[in-house]
Amino acid sequence: MRVTIDQDKCVGAGQCVFAAPDVFDQRDDDGVVVLLDEEPPAEQWEATREAAHVCPALAILVEG
Amino acid sequence: MLSCHTTWYIVPLIEEAVSVEVAREYPMVRTCPFDPPPEMAEIQAGERVLRVRHWDGTQPWLVTGYDQVRAILTDPRVSADTDLLGYPHPSAGSAARRRVTKNFINMDNPEHDRQRRMLTRDFMVKRMQAMRPTIQALVDGLIDEMLAGPNPVDLVEALALPVPSLVICDMMGVSYTERDLFHELSRTMISRLSTPEQAVGALNGMLEFMSRLVDEKTAHPGDDLISRLVTTQLQPGHLTRDDVVQMCQLLLVAGHETTANMIALGTLTLLERPEALAELRDATDPAVAEGAVEELLRYLTILHVGRRRVATEDFEFEGVRIRAGDGIIVDHAVANRDPVAFEHPDELDIHRKARHHLAFGYGIHQCLGQPLARVELAVVYSTLYRRIPTLRLAVPLEEIAFKHDNVVYGVESLPVTW
Ligand code: HEM
Ligand code: SF4
Repeated sequence: MRVTIDQDKCVGAGQCVFAAPDVFDQRDDDGVVVLLDEEPPAEQWEATREAAHVCPALAILVEG
Repeated sequence: MLSCHTTWYIVPLIEEAVSVEVAREYPMVRTCPFDPPPEMAEIQAGERVLRVRHWDGTQPWLVTGYDQVRAILTDPRVSADTDLLGYPHPSAGSAARRRVTKNFINMDNPEHDRQRRMLTRDFMVKRMQAMRPTIQALVDGLIDEMLAGPNPVDLVEALALPVPSLVICDMMGVSYTERDLFHELSRTMISRLSTPEQAVGALNGMLEFMSRLVDEKTAHPGDDLISRLVTTQLQPGHLTRDDVVQMCQLLLVAGHETTANMIALGTLTLLERPEALAELRDATDPAVAEGAVEELLRYLTILHVGRRRVATEDFEFEGVRIRAGDGIIVDHAVANRDPVAFEHPDELDIHRKARHHLAFGYGIHQCLGQPLARVELAVVYSTLYRRIPTLRLAVPLEEIAFKHDNVVYGVESLPVTW
């Protein structure tokens, strides 16, 4: 699985951090998403897919 | 599991002569206080997008399906700008109020994101989670007071309103002693029964209150959100003074009305479903309360008059032609009961995976305060019923008054005993 994020689209709602805290974080100064793991391990796949699904700004792309 | 026990009829308060052939009137009337109006499920099963008749005689589009609601709320040809012709205001009071106020909840990009990003750090998940012990202590303190005070008591006054009000006041640097003033103003602002004059009067009162605070923080900056906006955004010229006042007004109102109603209405919902309440009370895993928060948000969808938008271009959508200037109401309450997204949607199931609900909206305007609301609700739902295991209604359910005519749904008061 490969994850990409679009920081310009992010509105800092934090849904991804709730869903997959090991894969996503928020930047300290403005709450914008940061990717902790571009290729998360299999046990993170479900949570990562959920994060992409609930992101309101369509800022997370999951391939594979 | 039960979905509704009561089937009394509620008198519609927004009534007009309607010719049914033209289009159905919206909003419809609830028959069960915990469910959307029954016609909505029928409409959703048949049509995902349709014209409805609105209070002002216009015929905006109504969007009912889960996928369609998400599509509209992320479509760049759809605007949240309340100044645009065709925007379907939920009431005359609200329309009048929007002519006076403008904050980023009603702005499109790029300005929306620019302003919202000035606040996202304050509501970040990790910051809100770090506040959890403080919120826990606050909730425990209020429950101590409840137990030491008169019994029965109104849970709205004793807990539901104080928790989010104290938290947002503390974050923003607003004195909690001013609560009577802003609670009252906020109530009048968002009631669909307020006349345009009343709604605007209350809004102006709120803006004056905020304006006074901005002056105070400019003179004596403290360690709070308003002071930070003044020093890092207003003084360098990134925001006008009016922008700051409008933004703070939005935060104060959105920060207490919503969560307060979720605490009181959520508690009533659970008291009516003792099995779910017992599971929540006896759970040792904090994930149970967190899941219950999501499910209650979905089930109750307290911002119950739909999200309002207006088309800025002509486009085809689900077989209809939407034209520039057409109003669009996306009903996220009925979308949260769409079987496409939630199995047995009319059941309250605190163990279901419900995080993809739309109670906080969707798209760029999805609730900024959701990480805070989640922590506040998780603390209350995991503490109240455990500390007061015999908590119950002090009056029959039939005597509870529901806020049918408020933009934020909930109960007027909740007399409880133990
Ligand atoms: C249970 C509690 C809450 C619910 C159900 C809720 C619901 C919502 C919804 C549905 C929207 C979307 C508006 C739209 O699309 O037009 C929204 C936006 C917003 N909410 Fe909340 N909210 C809650 C708590 C809070 C709290 C605690 C705050 C804190 C200050 C807050 C601040 C905001 C703000 C600032 C926006 C505008 C965001 C934007 O336009 O970018 N909300 N909320
Ligand atoms: S869920 Fe989307 S919008 Fe929210 S913080 Fe994550 S990437 Fe940003």
